Amino acid sequence: MRESAYLVFIILGAIVAAVGMGAIVLKLIGVNPFDVYKVILTEPLKDIYGITEILVRTSPLVFIALGIAIAFRSGILNIGAEGQMQIGIISAAAIALAFPELPKPILLPMVLITGAVGGALWGGIAGYLKARMGVNEILSTVMLNYIAAQVYGFLLRGPMIDPEELTVGSGTPQTIRLPRTAWLDRLIPGTRLHTGLILALVMAVLVYLLLWRTTTGFRLRASGAEPRAARFAGIHVERSLVIAMLFSGGFAGLAGAVELTGVHRRAIEAISSGYGFSGIVVALFGGLHPAFIIPSAIFFGLLLIGADMTQRAMAVPANMVLVLQGAIILSIVSAKTFLNDPYTKDRFMRRMASFRLPRRKKKTVSGLGQGGPL
Amino acid sequence: MQTSKAQISSLQLEGVTKRFPGVLACDHVSIEVKAGQILALVGENGAGKSTLMNILMGLYQPDEGRILINGHETRFRSPNDAYACGIGMVHQHFMLVPNLTVTENVALGSKDFQSLLNLNLKGARRRIAEVSERYGLPVHADAYVDQLSVGEQQRVELVKTLCFGTRFLILDEPTSALTPQETDELINLLKRMSGDLSIIFISHKLNEVKALSDTVTVLRRGTVVYRGNTKDNSSQDLAALMTGHEVNLPHNACEDGCGNVLVSIKDLKVKSDRGNLALDGLSLDIRAGEILGLAGVSGNGQRELADVLAGLRKSVSGSVLLEEQNLLGKSPREIIDAGFGYIPEDRHDEGIVPSFSIRENLILKDFGTPRFRKGPFLRLKESEKNAEDLVHRFDVRCSSRETAAGSLSGGNIQKVILARELARQPKALVSVYPTRGLDMGASEFIHTKLLELRASGVAILLISEELEEIMNLSDRIAVIYKGRIVKILESGEATRPRLGLLMAGVKDDGGAA
Amino acid sequence: MNPIDLVLNILTIGVPFSVALLLASTGEMFNQRAGIFNLGCEGIMAMGAFLAFLPPFFLKDALSPAMSNMVGLSIAVLAGAVLGILFAVVTIFFRAPQGIAGIGLQMLGVGIAGTLFRHFVGGVTGVPGIANFPIPFLSKIPFLGPVLFDLNPVAYFAFLLVPISWFILFKTPWGLRVRAVGTHPRAADTMGINVARVRFQALALGGAFAGLAGAYLSLCQAKMFADDLVAGRGFIAVALVYFGRWHPLGILGGSLLFSIAQSFQLSVQVWGIDFPYEFAVMLPYVLVIVVLALTRKSNKRSPAALGKPYNREKRV
Repeated sequence: MRESAYLVFIILGAIVAAVGMGAIVLKLIGVNPFDVYKVILTEPLKDIYGITEILVRTSPLVFIALGIAIAFRSGILNIGAEGQMQIGIISAAAIALAFPELPKPILLPMVLITGAVGGALWGGIAGYLKARMGVNEILSTVMLNYIAAQVYGFLLRGPMIDPEELTVGSGTPQTIRLPRTAWLDRLIPGTRLHTGLILALVMAVLVYLLLWRTTTGFRLRASGAEPRAARFAGIHVERSLVIAMLFSGGFAGLAGAVELTGVHRRAIEAISSGYGFSGIVVALFGGLHPAFIIPSAIFFGLLLIGADMTQRAMAVPANMVLVLQGAIILSIVSAKTFLNDPYTKDRFMRRMASFRLPRRKKKTVSGLGQGGPL
Repeated sequence: MQTSKAQISSLQLEGVTKRFPGVLACDHVSIEVKAGQILALVGENGAGKSTLMNILMGLYQPDEGRILINGHETRFRSPNDAYACGIGMVHQHFMLVPNLTVTENVALGSKDFQSLLNLNLKGARRRIAEVSERYGLPVHADAYVDQLSVGEQQRVELVKTLCFGTRFLILDEPTSALTPQETDELINLLKRMSGDLSIIFISHKLNEVKALSDTVTVLRRGTVVYRGNTKDNSSQDLAALMTGHEVNLPHNACEDGCGNVLVSIKDLKVKSDRGNLALDGLSLDIRAGEILGLAGVSGNGQRELADVLAGLRKSVSGSVLLEEQNLLGKSPREIIDAGFGYIPEDRHDEGIVPSFSIRENLILKDFGTPRFRKGPFLRLKESEKNAEDLVHRFDVRCSSRETAAGSLSGGNIQKVILARELARQPKALVSVYPTRGLDMGASEFIHTKLLELRASGVAILLISEELEEIMNLSDRIAVIYKGRIVKILESGEATRPRLGLLMAGVKDDGGAA
Repeated sequence: MNPIDLVLNILTIGVPFSVALLLASTGEMFNQRAGIFNLGCEGIMAMGAFLAFLPPFFLKDALSPAMSNMVGLSIAVLAGAVLGILFAVVTIFFRAPQGIAGIGLQMLGVGIAGTLFRHFVGGVTGVPGIANFPIPFLSKIPFLGPVLFDLNPVAYFAFLLVPISWFILFKTPWGLRVRAVGTHPRAADTMGINVARVRFQALALGGAFAGLAGAYLSLCQAKMFADDLVAGRGFIAVALVYFGRWHPLGILGGSLLFSIAQSFQLSVQVWGIDFPYEFAVMLPYVLVIVVLALTRKSNKRSPAALGKPYNREKRV
């Protein structure tokens, strides 16, 4: 009973801290935080279109968060989902535009797989760098993000631009529309909700099986939990790092391909629009577990749509989302360490216990170690 | 920290209690020391001695109890407070900053040598020279700590503490890294010092306790079980008090002969992390059904040898043959599959994945074998059965097989590791410091299992700091010094003094010590 | 273009570009020497850049340009220190993992700067900023004079900081404490040093320098503020500390190297070479990766306790 009280206390504390930080900034720009939070949490749910838009956001978030979960649990911090997604998009678009005459059952899977492969390779670079040369993966993936953005921009403004934009259009960097055979179907006509969401849910199940029911997953988790012991046990930790990044980048690339074929149907600027970073927060919020990542992604979908609405209705700048995400990350990691640290937990429990009646005090004297007397 | 303090005529700890997550380290402990006395604090590993002293040093805060100096209650909120009263400690794991010089380390801890902008290294050097001279402890003041040998580092640690003006010296297992001869020197030094200082020293080595202390307090499982004069008790009495029962560590009788050579290490040359040769042409043969003990002061290449045998370190040249198969340069996986078992030095972070369950840790090496996997999938039921069986056979005390292995006590963690290794039926086993930090009961279990393994024909290499353990268990004892085997003795020929000399690098001319 | 002009051109553009990196990186060096790496440097720089820009923008009628610049610089430095302390609370008090916490701080800093910018300023506008101050006589030296001695006052401070930070780190008691705490915090603790306090101080100092670096970007270099002003320099600064082996001289060298790579895109335009714009922009980021890959993980130089939280109560 006391354990769960401790858990609740810490989580509440984290939520309050994050919400509080956001509120301070909102106050600074002269907006009432409560109004803003109310709009964010309720407005999008008011009609069917709003709800489907939440689910549209959910789908790429789930893919990316699944990939992040694999990476983080394998001991490699992938911050490069944004860039991996962009590379996924551009490779998927390239294939879709190169083979317009193929039938849908062949082209669509090809396009999605290409996206995943593109992202996987981009992520694999960082994995290889860490495994072979000990390069800090946070720095390398962040740098790869910047590089990917430039590659994406170059291709979009150059070789892959819609020729019509150059001749009769305004020169907007975007490709021509993808052939219909490369489109993911819409689930509800009149909305943007597409079959990618189903794919995301299926992937969540597969990732769970991967991590906890396969030998590969065992290796990945051991390498992440305690690389020294894993090495002694004969596990090839460096190889696990690369595999983890291939998976992680692959999921980000797949997220991009799905977003491309399901929502926009052409490669445009700002298509990844921060999903790469939001996905990290979704993963952390979901405790790096597929089962909780799904509701976490839905919640963040709500947050993103709500923030959009506050931008239009209440002149709250879009960067506010970044503020909230940053605040949430700081709160979650602080809370999580507190939760897991046996020393703080112990001290907290004892302090709580001392608030009880004296006759209960006997219970709190901890016995000897778990193993008991030998 | 000031340099001269009032003499401490009496120091008392009264009713001190300290808890760590899941462990009651000290339970209403009271001790008392008077000026000019040497108190020995004695107990098994895990009895709570170091914890108690760390409380006295202001590093840990007691949950209950008080500290009385000269009869006045004092609170130590940080090591600074302890120093201000003249209490200083020489820790078991040296508290020296490795990439700084000796002088810088002393200057670091002493406000005398620090003003806002100026670092008075000259003054620090002078103080070091004074202390060195006074107590006969020569040190290289401008050497970087990480370049000194273990014995030198301990001298530095002692000098450093004395430079801070200690009137009350605490020594935690001061002889754990010393040869028998160096130990004798230290004991004589401490005897001389007891004229100036009061001393508390922690040890589980009873011969030292008898040689040095005036009074002795025995701790068992966090409580005081005995307080008295040293001369009133024999070593056997004290040992019995420490463990609570008759001590009977299993002894290797070396009756059955050993088989053929199973493991053959030839001319091994291995580089250390710093680039010099840690192993310089080491050769060793281990026979089936024998325990070969490797004795030596830590830092003479044991770590590197263990790493190479596990496949975690590259070698420059040489060979390691297991039944004619050269394992040098192979991956850990290949070495494991060839039949080499390994009980690592750091059981918590190298032997197990602490956050994995006991069940998962028991298949840490075997999860890829046909028994535990079907295609890419793990056979959960099979691993559950395996865990149930092994936990029972090895008497691992746990509330559930799904609990994280890292939350178990040291002895139980070692049992999990042992269970895993032994269940694989290895041909050869390397065991590094297997009973470090464990109490007698756990040590007894480990030793029994090792002897059983020996009886079944496994070649065992036992690397340990505890001469007792090596002398007790080994059929033959090899002494390692500066990366080479200087001599191999049969169990009967190996005496403490003889081993001590070999460990210090003195050439042995064989025969009487 | 003759070679001398080429080199001078590269240096003229490159040297001023290196100031922001040098400042942020020197600050990060103190952080890492004390055992903590702060990836939120990027966010602190963004906040510093915005806050330094604000007074000259808002108060241009109320205060003289020099005053408003001073106010801007001061606010930026102060805010940087505050954010550094916030990071200290998260990583020292809560003992959160430093990598992810840094990313959180980065998002927070960039987000707040962008939000406030959009709200209070709206669009991209310029400010007069801080002008260069040519050192009399020295700046007239042929060839090198204009390159080295016709710089911004903040730039001079940054370069002076190299020997000053060397002195602080290696010759003062505080520097000794920082080095001890980043290598063997428990040893330092047993000698009476307050490990948490030293780390807090180092992080505050590091944050202050990062804030100043951001201020340089907006007030002295670009003389304006935009969302993507910092463009990864904060991360590059963290990488530079590894590259520079945690030593002020190494960091100086690294900053010059990277700034030359960054200024490449401008130089290319000046030389009239037809080089794809995006690839020129990419160059510094690629260089960071190359440099990190080639820098051997030198065990001796890196602070041994870097990245590991310290808990005195932990049972050793």
